[in-house]
Amino acid sequence: MNNHLSSENQKEMNNHPSSENQKERDYNQSSASTGIENNLDIESYQEMFRRVKKQGEGAFIPFIVAGDPDFETSLEIVRKFTENGADALEIGFAFSDPVADGPTVQEADTRALKTGMTTKSGFEFIKKIREFTSIPIGILVYYNLIYKMGIDEFYKNAAESGVNGILSADLPPEEAEPAVASARKYQIDQIFMVAQTTSNERLQVINKLCSGFLYVVAVMGVTGARSKLKQSTVKLVERVNGHSDLPIAVGFGISKPEHVKEVVDAGSDGAIVASALLNIISDNLQDKELMLARIAEFSKELKNATKRR
Amino acid sequence: MIKVIKMISKGKFGKYGGIFVPELLIPALEELEIAFLKYKDDDKFNEELDYYLKEFAGRPTSLYLARNLSNKLGCKIYLKREDMLHTGAHKINNTLGQGLLAKYMGKKRLIAETGAGQHGIATAVVGALLEIPTEVYMGSEDVERQKLNVFRMELSDAHVLPVYTGSCTLKDAINQAFRDWISNLDTTHYLIGSTMGPHPYPTMVKHFQSIIGRETKEQIMEKEDELPDTIIACVGGGSNSIGIFSGFIDNKEVDLIGVEGGGEGLDSGKTGATLSIGTQGVLHGSFSYVLQDYDGQISEAHSVSAGLDYPGVGPEHSYLKDTERAKYVAINNQEALRGFKLLSQYEGIIPALESAHAIAYAEKYAQINENKGKTIVVNLSGRGDKDMFLAAQKMGLKL
Ligand SMILES: Cc1ncc(COP(=O)(O)O)c(C=O)c1O
Repeated sequence: MNNHLSSENQKEMNNHPSSENQKERDYNQSSASTGIENNLDIESYQEMFRRVKKQGEGAFIPFIVAGDPDFETSLEIVRKFTENGADALEIGFAFSDPVADGPTVQEADTRALKTGMTTKSGFEFIKKIREFTSIPIGILVYYNLIYKMGIDEFYKNAAESGVNGILSADLPPEEAEPAVASARKYQIDQIFMVAQTTSNERLQVINKLCSGFLYVVAVMGVTGARSKLKQSTVKLVERVNGHSDLPIAVGFGISKPEHVKEVVDAGSDGAIVASALLNIISDNLQDKELMLARIAEFSKELKNATKRR
Repeated sequence: MIKVIKMISKGKFGKYGGIFVPELLIPALEELEIAFLKYKDDDKFNEELDYYLKEFAGRPTSLYLARNLSNKLGCKIYLKREDMLHTGAHKINNTLGQGLLAKYMGKKRLIAETGAGQHGIATAVVGALLEIPTEVYMGSEDVERQKLNVFRMELSDAHVLPVYTGSCTLKDAINQAFRDWISNLDTTHYLIGSTMGPHPYPTMVKHFQSIIGRETKEQIMEKEDELPDTIIACVGGGSNSIGIFSGFIDNKEVDLIGVEGGGEGLDSGKTGATLSIGTQGVLHGSFSYVLQDYDGQISEAHSVSAGLDYPGVGPEHSYLKDTERAKYVAINNQEALRGFKLLSQYEGIIPALESAHAIAYAEKYAQINENKGKTIVVNLSGRGDKDMFLAAQKMGLKL
């Protein structure tokens, strides 16, 4: 049993097109993210991270499930995000069996599915967002939805809707070859996750395959709001930065402005906030005005926390 | 090719199987593969496992010639008596194997999913036996429907955790078990109950269940001096069927038939017949046939037998189907109940409702002219004690 990287594996990886040097990839990416026939001037991840860095900030990246709690309200929430400091957006496509997510995201998925959200209407949702913002949009989707639509078709739809990046929660690099091929074809950034458990060796492979940014999973667990960040998260950010030349954004359990500040101070280029925002939705289902006001207010606080002083 | 860093295999059966899991789980699967490959050929491990299989579980199980049923149906019908095992089903073969593996790996806690409770009970008793604390995830709907089994698990000191998310059934219990595992990798072994899930589970569970096939082959050669014509087994996730098939896959002359839970019928929208009407997709870590809608949202499965009530199926079965090495059929709820009564009346053996699907198909199969006189082995995966209330209710009786 060979539990180390064999020299053969190593060679194959080095021959992989993904190992083109980083500069070349960056070049590809910056010309990339405009999608197929989308004439909107869409900001790439690279441009966005450069912009916030220049301002001495980290990127604030809020998450929402498309269609939660319903299509229109969901869209209004995204508008609040963009009006209150979002530097990029993560849009989840609801799935019946989200194994990487805690109850908060699953409930959001369930709410969205109940309103009849489909993969197609997910892309419609993105198109609507593109009517009012040019910041990078990433989608977070379980692989079965990609596979079922047809991998190529899914990426084509994504590109046409103005998506910058796709992250599939249950698609590790080992299974990602067809998805990565379609991502390259349609000039979409394929984003991967790295975690505490990801070895340095593995990190380097993922770094080569990934573009846009690396999604750093802050906790050993699933999504969900948490009261405290662990010291290990800070260490992980430092380790990932040491082995990767991509921008990084930390997600999972980032629930408070203090958490955002902590990861940005640790060297993360961005913070992804999901469950804490979704909790505002579920807590205020009866009062949309209040929901939107709270989302706006909390977004502002989270963005402020990204500002390095 | 993107190479797996540490695993020697992604566990593909043709295009099926794989490791479609969140990044956090990858090292856990690597660790498990390493341990499995190490101990499956380890003398001490196997000695201990054999001891428990024999002395605790009651192996070998007999290959019983069902004479009355044979006479009635005009075939020679043998029953592989997995129903005689401790806890009443083949599930214990796997839970002893994985439980022991977890112990050798130094894991301090077992978690499992269960639908009706069979796998939960088989895990609970192994937890008690090996002194490993055990928690079992069970959909809240199932907790309600299977109170007796919840009590049995708790008697063996396992903790039953009701799952209130999604459809509140087996698939949600599996999701929740994965989430627990993701959060407790160091201490915990997730003891999956069938040949599903990401690699190495389908291969590992098959390994631990393949004892059914090995024994059957030896026994049939002893009794008949030749291989059987046909093997029939029910298919939920696919473990008892792969277990018995594995002894005969290379003997092309032996027909292998898997029987799925047809529920209220294949076009009723209430079925568990994943291989019969499902489409390809990814569920619970592997690529296989899946019951799903147009978009890939997973459907709820339906079957009178909780053990066949799963919208996925082990990836190796998808491969055996596509390569036509095995054939898959569906038996609906009504027919299964008929099989349940048939075996009870003719042989004095009350089968589990799951196994009753295999019996019901054996009857159908024997009625086809060209099958007259064939030697058939039916894998009697479990006994019917657990199904008494439900069966009585379906027959219009109240106990
Ligand atoms: C008696 C019995 N047979 C069959 C099954 C189906 O599982 P599998 O297809 O993994 O054998 C179960 C599952 O609970 C069971 O309890």
